[in-house]
Amino acid sequence: MGVNQNRKHRGYNFAFLDENTKREIRRKLLKAVAIPGYQVPFASPELPIARGWGTGGLQITMAIIGPGDVLKVIDQGCDGSVNAVNIRKLLVKTTGVATTFDTNAASIIQTRHRIPEEAMRQDQILVLQVPIPEPLRYVEASEAKTREMHGEMDYSRMWVYLYENIVQYGEITIGARYPSLVNRRYLIDPSPIPRWDVPKLNQAETLYLFGAGREKRIYAVPPHTLAEPLEFEDFRFRVEDFTGRSCIRCGATDTYMNEMYDSSSGRKLFVCSDSGYCDRRREQSVTQNLACAEPTGHPLGRVPPKAEALVAPIQERSRSYPTASKEAGALEQVVIEGKEAR
Amino acid sequence: MAATGEAVLDVRGLTRLYGAGCPDCLVLTGPDAGTNICPQCHAIVACNNISFDLEQGEILGIVGESGSGKSTLLRCICFDEEATAGECYFAAFGTGRDDAFSQTGQARRYIRNHLLGIVYQNPLMGIKPHFTAGGNVAEKLLTADVYNVSLIRQRAATLLQRTEVPLARMDDFPANFSGGMQQRVQIAKALANNPPVLLLDEVSTGLDVSVQARVLDLIKEIQRDLGIAMIVVSHDLGVIRLLADRTGVMQHGQVIEFGLTDQILEDPQHRYTQLLVHSML
Amino acid sequence: MGYVAVAGGEEAITNAEALVAFYRLKGGSTPVQVRQIREQMRLAVDKVMSEGSLYAPGIAALALKQAEGDGIEASFIVRAYRATQPRRYVSLPVDTRQMRVIRRISGAFQDVPGGQVLGPTRDYTQRLVDFALLGETPELAAGFFKKIGVQTSRSALPDTFPKVIDLLRREGLMAEPGDRDRALSDITREAISFPCNRSAKLQSLARGETGVMMALAYSSMRGFGDIHPYLGELRVGTVPLFINHRAKKHPVYLGPVLVTEAEIISGQYEDDQGIPKLTLGYGLCFGHNELKAIAMGVLDRTMQSQAPQRAPAEDEEFVLYHIDGIESSGFSAHWKLPHYVTFQSTLDRLRRTQKLKEEADTLGREPEPETPGL
Repeated sequence: MGVNQNRKHRGYNFAFLDENTKREIRRKLLKAVAIPGYQVPFASPELPIARGWGTGGLQITMAIIGPGDVLKVIDQGCDGSVNAVNIRKLLVKTTGVATTFDTNAASIIQTRHRIPEEAMRQDQILVLQVPIPEPLRYVEASEAKTREMHGEMDYSRMWVYLYENIVQYGEITIGARYPSLVNRRYLIDPSPIPRWDVPKLNQAETLYLFGAGREKRIYAVPPHTLAEPLEFEDFRFRVEDFTGRSCIRCGATDTYMNEMYDSSSGRKLFVCSDSGYCDRRREQSVTQNLACAEPTGHPLGRVPPKAEALVAPIQERSRSYPTASKEAGALEQVVIEGKEAR
Repeated sequence: MAATGEAVLDVRGLTRLYGAGCPDCLVLTGPDAGTNICPQCHAIVACNNISFDLEQGEILGIVGESGSGKSTLLRCICFDEEATAGECYFAAFGTGRDDAFSQTGQARRYIRNHLLGIVYQNPLMGIKPHFTAGGNVAEKLLTADVYNVSLIRQRAATLLQRTEVPLARMDDFPANFSGGMQQRVQIAKALANNPPVLLLDEVSTGLDVSVQARVLDLIKEIQRDLGIAMIVVSHDLGVIRLLADRTGVMQHGQVIEFGLTDQILEDPQHRYTQLLVHSML
Repeated sequence: MGYVAVAGGEEAITNAEALVAFYRLKGGSTPVQVRQIREQMRLAVDKVMSEGSLYAPGIAALALKQAEGDGIEASFIVRAYRATQPRRYVSLPVDTRQMRVIRRISGAFQDVPGGQVLGPTRDYTQRLVDFALLGETPELAAGFFKKIGVQTSRSALPDTFPKVIDLLRREGLMAEPGDRDRALSDITREAISFPCNRSAKLQSLARGETGVMMALAYSSMRGFGDIHPYLGELRVGTVPLFINHRAKKHPVYLGPVLVTEAEIISGQYEDDQGIPKLTLGYGLCFGHNELKAIAMGVLDRTMQSQAPQRAPAEDEEFVLYHIDGIESSGFSAHWKLPHYVTFQSTLDRLRRTQKLKEEADTLGREPEPETPGL
């Protein structure tokens, strides 16, 4: 993995939006950081990307990105997902910034539905795309009312919703979009990240920015800020259970995984949702295995033949980006040197 | 349990106007004027400069005909409505001398959730028909920061039992309950956080006579056992006689007579009170 | 295989884009000229301008061509283009009394000063398929022009018409706009909030999607609400647009803009003085789009409702948050995006609660709290 250099197209302002609009968004971002978890209304101009497809995240990224940034865009944890590709293309076209698949190499990561597995640092920013910024939408449809509820920190109906969940099902049934209290004050919708990712918001090193374009709201969880999922003393918040599962690509047992079915055998398979992390693990294990010359240790050794066929295209198709291959390794070096030279 | 002489609630000069109002609203309305509508600016003076205190463990009755401002008074105290003027002190809030009316929305919410219980005439104003009976009690506990499901369920069960709601119906929706049972769920909810002050607005109005009697007994019992101070608003002097230690009589937005209930019933001073007492069988 | 299907999306996206162009042209006919769309698909262009919120007939026609006639898609393209345009001036308020009308009718009065002007309308035509159009040629069109030319005469139409609501106002029947709610906002610079001022409401309605506005307005007319509208006046015509320019003493004339205006008169309510008056709902949109203008007028009026139980069309949040075609189409379409991370989480919850239920059933009791833990 490495960093790709790109060139900006002419004819558009840097990062598409005009400077006044960007300034306005940055002002709202400052407010959002100053009041952790508070939803700041903003004008949200139209973009050439459809509403509901990441416009809020895009507007934030466009407002904060500079020529020296290294950008990573993921959707469902994957850099190659069509929507991630589309968003990355627009940002690259209008900024010319360098891009990467490597979480560690990125300075800004725009994401939909996931927070990367690898811990992020204080010099990085994660921009999350948000469809429904209002956590109280579960219990109240009216925006005028929910704003008042936030104003008075009146979250009792959300709590009752969770209580009634437990009474009816024996457990809280909310999966993704798990309501969390920021800085002991504002309840947020952490965007549709799975429960797995919710603890990563708490007392993090990284600045998390949330953008909801269609709903025209921006909010933030700044570094070193409390972000606590709602839980009862006797019904603790818990993350998704992947006990006994491992990724068929990298063998990981401690990541968030997507399940899928092998079309011919019908067997259920699991694969890391964070493709960048999964690729890195594969690279490392391939290198190790070559060094030790122990083919049995190869994580794919445990994969049934059908699954092997299934996995192969992933490698092949991702070849348009730097991968574990030798050429890519060389490219990576060139690119990184290039970056340093700048 | 008798009143101890310590005020848990102190209301000073509470005034509530509907409409723009003018400088003369308060003097041009009231019992002497025979109206609560300002002849000059047409504003309605629902509550006109009302002051009283509520002592620990006592039941204070407010009686008056409909439109006299008694319900508005309660609604201002629990912040359902904003008082136009006046102050309100809760002994248990802040230093005890922090005016509740001038607090932020968040602080008022705190007072309402932690220091008050409210029972409305219409049970559906106080409970949510799409939350279970237990959920309704839970809501009040959750607003008062009790975040333990087992504790919540224990407490809900105790309260529902005490208000004679069958335990088997704890996880049912009040939408399917009778009016009397809805009212008892509402009372259970209002009591959930052990509030020092309970506000009751025409709680027995509209219920069958037998159900009414049971609800009133329940209120009396709660006062006796828990020593919660209450304000009972009713148009029915019978209810007031049964429950209240002290009583205020309201007409056209003003308190026209205030004193021990027995005294008011035996020796009413104001002409309107006399009429009220004599019309009672 | 979701994972595989979306990896390497770059190539797939490029191919999909090429396929779109292929499907547009594969029939083999002469490519449609933008001028033809602009002139002969007049009402579609007008709708796109109005929903795209930009008065640019050429761009709107081009967008329609690009979108293969999909109105919402075309409006989206126009709206996105609009966002890239610098805003140099704000026009002076438009006075629709100055409108050069091509059509003007009132449903409330049999005879209005100035008269009813039907103008170009299909209202009183039979909706029969016109097979004659199959053989339309430039020669036939020229012949048609020769015939129609003698029937119109410019002088027959007055330059301006008095307004129906002005007549009602003079008689004291109509509520005055009053000084309340005169605040001006700009919904493209500031997110709307509730309660919403009228200026923001009208701006939102003016760029709303015709179909959804019609449905909401219709729900109120049909009975979900208490508005009984009359069409006080409907006008279609051009209004002159002026700006103030720093270098010029007088306002500078920019040109004419075609608009449709509907003034909806509705039932009485008491004004500030307690006198019962008629009330006005106002509709104005770009181009010739009568249904939208009427629906807008009705919705402007329904949202003024003071009924304690608000019908959907009377709830300003419900109306304003759901009428934007760009927003609603985008979100409705976004379900096509992968959601397998969240779905995985949903499955996790479902399996867990199923397991709890199963355990509880075996024990013959309701699901109970289990041992806590992360």
